[in-house]
Amino acid sequence: MVLSAIDMGALAERLAMDEVKGRSPWTDARIRFMRNKAAVAGMFLLIIVSAFAFFGEMFAVSTYDYIDFSRSGDVLHLGRPSLASGNYFGLDDQGRDLFARTAQGTRISIIVGLVGASISVIVGTLYGAVSGYVGGRTDQIMMRIVDILLAIPFMFVIILLLVMFGRSLSMLFLGIGLLSWLSMARIVRGQTLTLKNREFIQAAQAAGVRGFTIILRHIVPNLLGIVAVYATLLVPEMILTESFISFLGLGVQAPLTSLGDLISQGAKNMRYGTIWQLLFPLAFFMVTMFAFFFVGDGLRDALDPKDR
Amino acid sequence: MFSYIIKRLVVAIPTLLVLMVLSFLLMHAAPGGPFTYEKKLPPEVLANLNAKYGLDQPLWRQMVSYVWGIIAHFDFGPSFVYKDRDVNEIIAQGFPVTLHYGSIAFVVAVVSGVLLGVIAAIRQNTWIDYIAVGISIGAQVLPNFVMAPILVLVFALWLGWLPAGGWEGGELSHVILPVIALATSYMASIARITRSSMLEVLTSNHVRTARAKGLPEHKVILRHALKPSLIPVISYLGPAFVAMITGSVVVDMYFSTGGIGKAFVDSALNRDYAVMMGITLLVGFLTIIFNLLVDILYAWIDPKIRY
Repeated sequence: MVLSAIDMGALAERLAMDEVKGRSPWTDARIRFMRNKAAVAGMFLLIIVSAFAFFGEMFAVSTYDYIDFSRSGDVLHLGRPSLASGNYFGLDDQGRDLFARTAQGTRISIIVGLVGASISVIVGTLYGAVSGYVGGRTDQIMMRIVDILLAIPFMFVIILLLVMFGRSLSMLFLGIGLLSWLSMARIVRGQTLTLKNREFIQAAQAAGVRGFTIILRHIVPNLLGIVAVYATLLVPEMILTESFISFLGLGVQAPLTSLGDLISQGAKNMRYGTIWQLLFPLAFFMVTMFAFFFVGDGLRDALDPKDR
Repeated sequence: MFSYIIKRLVVAIPTLLVLMVLSFLLMHAAPGGPFTYEKKLPPEVLANLNAKYGLDQPLWRQMVSYVWGIIAHFDFGPSFVYKDRDVNEIIAQGFPVTLHYGSIAFVVAVVSGVLLGVIAAIRQNTWIDYIAVGISIGAQVLPNFVMAPILVLVFALWLGWLPAGGWEGGELSHVILPVIALATSYMASIARITRSSMLEVLTSNHVRTARAKGLPEHKVILRHALKPSLIPVISYLGPAFVAMITGSVVVDMYFSTGGIGKAFVDSALNRDYAVMMGITLLVGFLTIIFNLLVDILYAWIDPKIRY
């Protein structure tokens, strides 16, 4: 009797807790995301790859730019991947440790992807929200500018910038930043158009809140879902762009490297039998891309109300 | 329809102008002139050179004559590095090659992508669907610069079936690998787009009506479901076509096919701004023209679009 009274008390308490703990749309989204096996696997892979990219060099026998002259003459036989020598991924054609170089290259690629996506989030969201919220002629002009910029063959322009103003990481960021925000601005504008006639915006307007404050405080927070989705899908696209440019030998400066540069070096040297020089960077490139795609798709399924 | 085309043209022309002016200004903002050599030229020689190429005139005159040259005679001016060649010649040499394998790759990507997507959609949740989706997910992370070395490794080095490079006037065996390298990742995207839009169309009312009146399934698919499900694919054709031209840079580098991409990379390494600008502008023109064609096609195929 006493026991069951305690039980009942506990049950009532639990019920009350359940009632108080309301589920926000973000909680819902997280639950949906966690149910998506591919997305969770992608997230897991992403953590592993990032850990490798940022901490992998600590476990390498030498730094990414140290040239082992004693073996650089005969990499095919002396530079094979082996656990004994500590060159887990082997040596590259110049006698540098490929493990350290792959870690460093993956890091650059991920950073480029994240920076490109951040620029697109900040610039694209503000531009699109302002354009959509203000509307009218301003909107027309702003969107026409985006249309014009989208028609420019950007891959060529980035290469042009890199050649004209010197190859550097900041120039690469600038070039990729110039390109990345355009489609984001379009998407955000479309969302803003559907938001701006809702009651809570009208309430803010009626209360005399300034336009820019409305955009920052009421419109942008409601765009976060779709922005997060497209930003995640933009990261692999940016990595692809950077790798493309680096593959052509126009990206980061040696001895720094990136995944595209490593793939290019590996592809040049595979005729001589040093196939590991292609396969390890290639594997990391593909795994990184896969992981980002899966996470992006998972986020879209979790956050996009259309597919619910 | 006609007025719609005119309206689209009115938008396209300022885009082209902006592109030309921007690229001209960019070329001027670059540090170092075309005649900045390590050994300084005597001032008289420099003055003569500048006069010959019209560089002694005010900036706006130069700009007008550059833009006018392109509009009136499609003339991109002389090359800054090869004194006896102009940009037109260099483009005329490489462009047909690029167009050759680029257009084949484009057709391959579209046809195989649509086919894969349609098959996956009509056999949804069977093993055929899973294989098709698997292929398209896998191919998504295989851009041209990843495909090119893999293809050479497998088909040229290991199996020895196909040559690893060269062009030989567009002989079939030299075209296959570049085409596959260019087409793979775009085939994947097109397959994904086609599959999801086909799935949506297959549950729509007009398809149900077509089935209800007793049409055989293949007729339902071909006559009633295919056309509307291609609408999102069409909007993807513009970017895909541009990518074929851009991918030429990788293909030419890797397979030594000698297309326009080779000219671009060469000029990038030589700092031959005139050639780079010329090719950038050409690709820009093609992008705009192709987008225009796609928009017209779009309006024609989708009756919901008013023009």
